[in-house]
Amino acid sequence: MTSSRKSTLLHLGVLALLVVLFFVLPPYHAGNLSRIMVLAIYAMGYNLLFGYTGLLSLGHAMFFAAGMYGFGLTLNLGGWPVPLAFVAGVVCAGALALVIGLLALRTAGVAFMIVTLMFAQTGYLVVLYFGTYTRGDEGFVIQQAQRMLGGFDLTSETGRYVTALILFAICFLGLARLVQTPFGRTLVAIRENEERTRMLGYDAGSHKLRALIISGAVSGVAGAAYALLFGYVGATFATVQYSIFPLLWVLLGGAGTTIGPLIGVFFMFYLIDTSSTYTNAYMLIAGVVLVLLTVFAPQGLAGELRKRVFKWLP
Amino acid sequence: MSDGNFKSSKLSRRSTLLGLGASAGALATAGVLPGTARFAQAQSSAPIKIGFQKHATGIGAAYGRWYGATTDAAVKRINDNGGINGRPVEIVVEDDGTDPKRGAEVLEKFATQHECDIAFGTLFSHVVIGSAPRAGELKLPYFVVSEGHHVASGMLNRYTLQPGITDVKSQVQSMAPFVAGNLGKKVTMIYPDFAFGHDHRDFFSAAIEAQGGEVVAKIAIPPTETSFTRYFPNIPRETEVIYHVMVGPAVLTFVKELGEFFGPSRPEIFGFIDSLEAVNINSPGLEFLEGTYFWEGMPRHAQADQTSHDKAYRAAVGVDDRGASLSDGKDVSTFAHMFGCWETLNIIKAGMEASDYQGPADRAKLIEAVEAMTDLPESDDHPQGPKQFNGKTHQVFGQQYISKVTDGKLVRAHTASIEDGMYEDEVDYTAQSF
Repeated sequence: MTSSRKSTLLHLGVLALLVVLFFVLPPYHAGNLSRIMVLAIYAMGYNLLFGYTGLLSLGHAMFFAAGMYGFGLTLNLGGWPVPLAFVAGVVCAGALALVIGLLALRTAGVAFMIVTLMFAQTGYLVVLYFGTYTRGDEGFVIQQAQRMLGGFDLTSETGRYVTALILFAICFLGLARLVQTPFGRTLVAIRENEERTRMLGYDAGSHKLRALIISGAVSGVAGAAYALLFGYVGATFATVQYSIFPLLWVLLGGAGTTIGPLIGVFFMFYLIDTSSTYTNAYMLIAGVVLVLLTVFAPQGLAGELRKRVFKWLP
Repeated sequence: MSDGNFKSSKLSRRSTLLGLGASAGALATAGVLPGTARFAQAQSSAPIKIGFQKHATGIGAAYGRWYGATTDAAVKRINDNGGINGRPVEIVVEDDGTDPKRGAEVLEKFATQHECDIAFGTLFSHVVIGSAPRAGELKLPYFVVSEGHHVASGMLNRYTLQPGITDVKSQVQSMAPFVAGNLGKKVTMIYPDFAFGHDHRDFFSAAIEAQGGEVVAKIAIPPTETSFTRYFPNIPRETEVIYHVMVGPAVLTFVKELGEFFGPSRPEIFGFIDSLEAVNINSPGLEFLEGTYFWEGMPRHAQADQTSHDKAYRAAVGVDDRGASLSDGKDVSTFAHMFGCWETLNIIKAGMEASDYQGPADRAKLIEAVEAMTDLPESDDHPQGPKQFNGKTHQVFGQQYISKVTDGKLVRAHTASIEDGMYEDEVDYTAQSF
């Protein structure tokens, strides 16, 4: 069996597993999985930039928040229908990524991290500044009645899971395909050796900008999906911690792997959820596990699997 | 755009790990990892399980600790008196990390994993607002102790109630008659530049105008500000009263710098105790507060006419006459707010008994029973004072207290009536279906 065929089977298998899990898991864990899929979309968006292009952003919360507020404000204040508001959220995030990219991509490495971090902090303060509309740090609710799509109730457990799964599947398969295209391979080439990529005649700058726009837009999908499925829009999601989460998820799951972000979010979610059940010192457990993983599995869980067992893992 | 404008993106493993280390450090510093959970063990008879959404970590941790102590004391008293409908009460604690995302997750955990009968507890508005939609969808009664106006504003849903603590609109509005009548009519407001501060700005501006006064300056302090001196020249000379609220952890600096700015001749000063919750009023640097006034949800220091209810409540929770822990006099409580946990749990008990609550199938009956409540007289169940519950808006109204710092003690100077804090209904939750 070719690597490509194995890869296709893996991706479809993951989606099939997620469908089956909805029917076999207890309600609590099925609900968790809805949230994990939404956050995995965010991590996948981040992974495209970090894992495949080699750009470490510490400001992705601004794209997540742009999607969330773009959706929430057009729905709440503009009275836009859900699909249009959702598209507005994604467009906001993509457009913001374009603007940020034009400025931040003039830097690299640690400077890029700092510049994106500062832009994200600015984004957070902008949300607070326009508190009349955003309700600042408190945020606002998307009412249950607003979260309907053609008679389909997105607030039911089934509606939420199905919607999260569809969005996840689109991003999962779309990004898996993207990184196999010449564009995606060029991003990997930039990650591995940007100078050589340039010498071969590729426009690295343009590629990085496009990667950032796609990454931002996918993060915006996650932000809009969170608001749609969980009914809340708030400035907390624009804070620095929500820029750091996708970095941790991707590093734990495996940067530069298509399945890594899902594994990372799943692992982190249950690490905290489970350890907090058994001890007050849950942060110690989380910290020790993070250190151990960083030391012994620096390429993340999926990365180590690819290195040691499944060399075909995409 | 040409390549020349873009720098190389190559990242070494070392720099990546460095980034991870920095990130982990930032996470730890921010205290964002959600966390601590304690599970009470099931008792022999089927207990009524109340999920307690606790700010055990994050910015609300000081409040969370005392909300926890008050909750434990209230539940012990309820169980010592026979429980609810003959069943013991079990508190299931989950830390929400003072984070709205984790708050919503915790509510889901209460409803679908712990199979709690109801959820209860949290203070910070963003956690309440982030969690309430899930409470409505899971049909889990959610009793909040937040003092936010979000419940009565109609933003939330029929499953969210605030029967144990008054909201900020009521609190602020009821202060205006005393301020205008006793301190002055020209007010400068100093408040944090986020939603809580904006509520104060908007509600008080309207209330003081209704009393014939006016806000002559509104000084918003940006979040994370650590020094305030540069804002003080914006205080107009005509100011008769400075109104300050929740400047945050830098409150000691704020008071010290305010004292240095005004020296011996200052206008009257009125503030909300929120920034000084869990802070000893006699802390070095707070001397300038002598002779100033504070709103208190419940007087921290036992008053000369202390009621038996106040006395019994303090003894049960374990705080002394100065609102500090009986076991450690330096451990000052969040006295002006935490009574809300005590009173809310007693409302839950009364509601469950009135509706003959047997299990989750009776959740709607429980909410209807609470909605039907009106007068809540001062008692051991309600030691803060008498209250009136508005079933339509799911919000309780009660007395408010203004204390004057006198010889390092918070001495009650005024009691605002329940009527002073009343306002028009903004929602009728009873019109919403279950």
